[in-house]
Amino acid sequence: MTDLPQPAVAVVPVPAKVRNQWWDVWAQFRSHKGAVFGLGFLIFITLFVTIGPWLWTVEPGKLDIRNKDVRPIYQVLFDSNANVSWNHPMGTDNLGRDIMANIMQGGRISLAVGWTAMVLAVFIGTLVGVLAGYFRKADGLLMRFTDLVLALPLLPLLLVMMLLFRDPLRASFGPENGIFILIVVGIGITSWMQTARIVRGDVMALKEREFVLAARSIGTPSRRIITRHLLPNVLSPIMVSATLGLATAIITESALSFLGLGFPSDFPTWGKILFDSVDRMTAFPERVIWPGLAISLTVLAVNYIGDGLRDALDPKIRGL
Amino acid sequence: MLDQTVKPLVRVRDLKMHFPIHAGLLRRRVGEVKAVDGVSFDVMEGETLGLVGESGCGKSTCGRALLRLYDITSGDITIDGHNIATMSQNKLRPLRPTMQMVFQDPQASLNPRMTVEAIIREPLDEHTSLSAEEKRDKVAALMDAVGLNRKFAKRYPHAFSGGQRQRIGIARALALNPKFIVCDEPIAALDVSIQAQVVNLLEDLQEQFGLTYLFISHDLSMVRHIATRVAVMYLGKIAELAPREALYRDPLHPYTKALLSAVPEPDPDLARSTERVILKGDVPSPSNPPKGCNFCTRCPAVMDICKQIDPEYRQVQPGRFVACHLFNETTTTAG
Repeated sequence: MTDLPQPAVAVVPVPAKVRNQWWDVWAQFRSHKGAVFGLGFLIFITLFVTIGPWLWTVEPGKLDIRNKDVRPIYQVLFDSNANVSWNHPMGTDNLGRDIMANIMQGGRISLAVGWTAMVLAVFIGTLVGVLAGYFRKADGLLMRFTDLVLALPLLPLLLVMMLLFRDPLRASFGPENGIFILIVVGIGITSWMQTARIVRGDVMALKEREFVLAARSIGTPSRRIITRHLLPNVLSPIMVSATLGLATAIITESALSFLGLGFPSDFPTWGKILFDSVDRMTAFPERVIWPGLAISLTVLAVNYIGDGLRDALDPKIRGL
Repeated sequence: MLDQTVKPLVRVRDLKMHFPIHAGLLRRRVGEVKAVDGVSFDVMEGETLGLVGESGCGKSTCGRALLRLYDITSGDITIDGHNIATMSQNKLRPLRPTMQMVFQDPQASLNPRMTVEAIIREPLDEHTSLSAEEKRDKVAALMDAVGLNRKFAKRYPHAFSGGQRQRIGIARALALNPKFIVCDEPIAALDVSIQAQVVNLLEDLQEQFGLTYLFISHDLSMVRHIATRVAVMYLGKIAELAPREALYRDPLHPYTKALLSAVPEPDPDLARSTERVILKGDVPSPSNPPKGCNFCTRCPAVMDICKQIDPEYRQVQPGRFVACHLFNETTTTAG
């Protein structure tokens, strides 16, 4: 009995060197199961679309009319007469294009558009929000501008942008890059407003807190008050709008492709594959399920990662 | 203390801080809150000037305006020979190290996303070009000076108790070796047992580093303990300013008398025998102060002149300043 307290004392050694805080962030992140699954899936899907085409060397746009309408390999479990082939494990579409190769190629475009547009939207939104919240003089002008953009009907606006700028951008950057820039910029500059409003509100509340006043009494200039004191404290809402923004960007791109104003027709994206297959959804459900699953799982994964990151970056939740 | 050879470190003359009130559809300016309305005092080098008054009388605003955390409406502020009243924030920046502030709420005055080390290091980052190693040493030395374990440097503010947080705030204020520190109710949010520790720490540091304090508080006993001179504020103005002993022994202004009679007396016999001055009514709104003397609506010794003319703030005895018509030359001889 008397021995018991001794090991307890020995178990708590005084750390000679303080450990890096990022290890604590990682430890907290790991404790969020959803976030870990999300991160795992995101890594998987990213590798799938980047390294996949090197391993699965089927040309996504190659027409093979003799092998059209091949069902996915698992179909043989329900129907022994199904037209399946190990050459096309996810099946082919009505023109004989391999669906797996299309999903890989489409994922590259969808993820690139989603991430870039989201980063652009969050950047503009945070910039506008912080400026409007911190500088009283800029507030009226910036927020009325935000309201103005918010009041515009976005889809028609995007369509007009596509019609106006598609050809000049194609001419100067090539057909794929031109459209990519157009879509990313289009989505980015039409989805920053929510972020701006949330960030502005939070900044306005924060800048009256005493620690900002303390920074001012030290003589910290405004730009460093913003980067050192305000931005880290509005990280949570920014993170939430970023994860939601990624989802919106992928879906908006799908909608544009569906309307025929996104990427050219021989250029697959997840949204485009999905919408191309809607007509024959009852006969070939897998053609909708694959891209749909890819979109929803990616969005879900990013949402969970955002959730986990937000917790991990908050020292109060991290329990330090 | 009143020795003429001691030169004032801080000199405030007729400081006014009015906040505009906007109302209506067009957000037109309909009036102003006169939070600080013509305050003048000196803080001598090495002394502690206590600034007391009830809630909302403008103590904190006065302290903040003094460090130019607000753009003041009018008046003169001279700190260490520099007139900072109308200086731009950029020009003021190099002078910031001389004057620092300790805040009231130790929870709100520390950034929850920064480690203790980063918080104390911030002034060093802003004003010095020390290497990372030197900064770490300096932060550790400051933590020693305020009685914090240096092993806690990598922790976040929420892991500390109120008293420890206030020590972090004090360490941050000390980082640049200031001459003048405004302590804005540094003990109001703390437990009584911790209050004594923090006040003793402030006194020790004053001795060690030769600091000058403006100690803002509503706790009269604590001010009596720490201050060398005491200024009493009422509704944006100073009612009375006097050396500590004189003020507590023989208050002149009726408001000071009322305030001091509200201090609890630990001896029950004495408490029963002393008569308390109980004020009636509420403090008038600082956006609409009464005509004449600010205190005329509640003063037990009010006269006709009080409701007409604002009493001048002047020296009535050596080192004692009062703003009250009772001490006009004519009435003092009469009474």
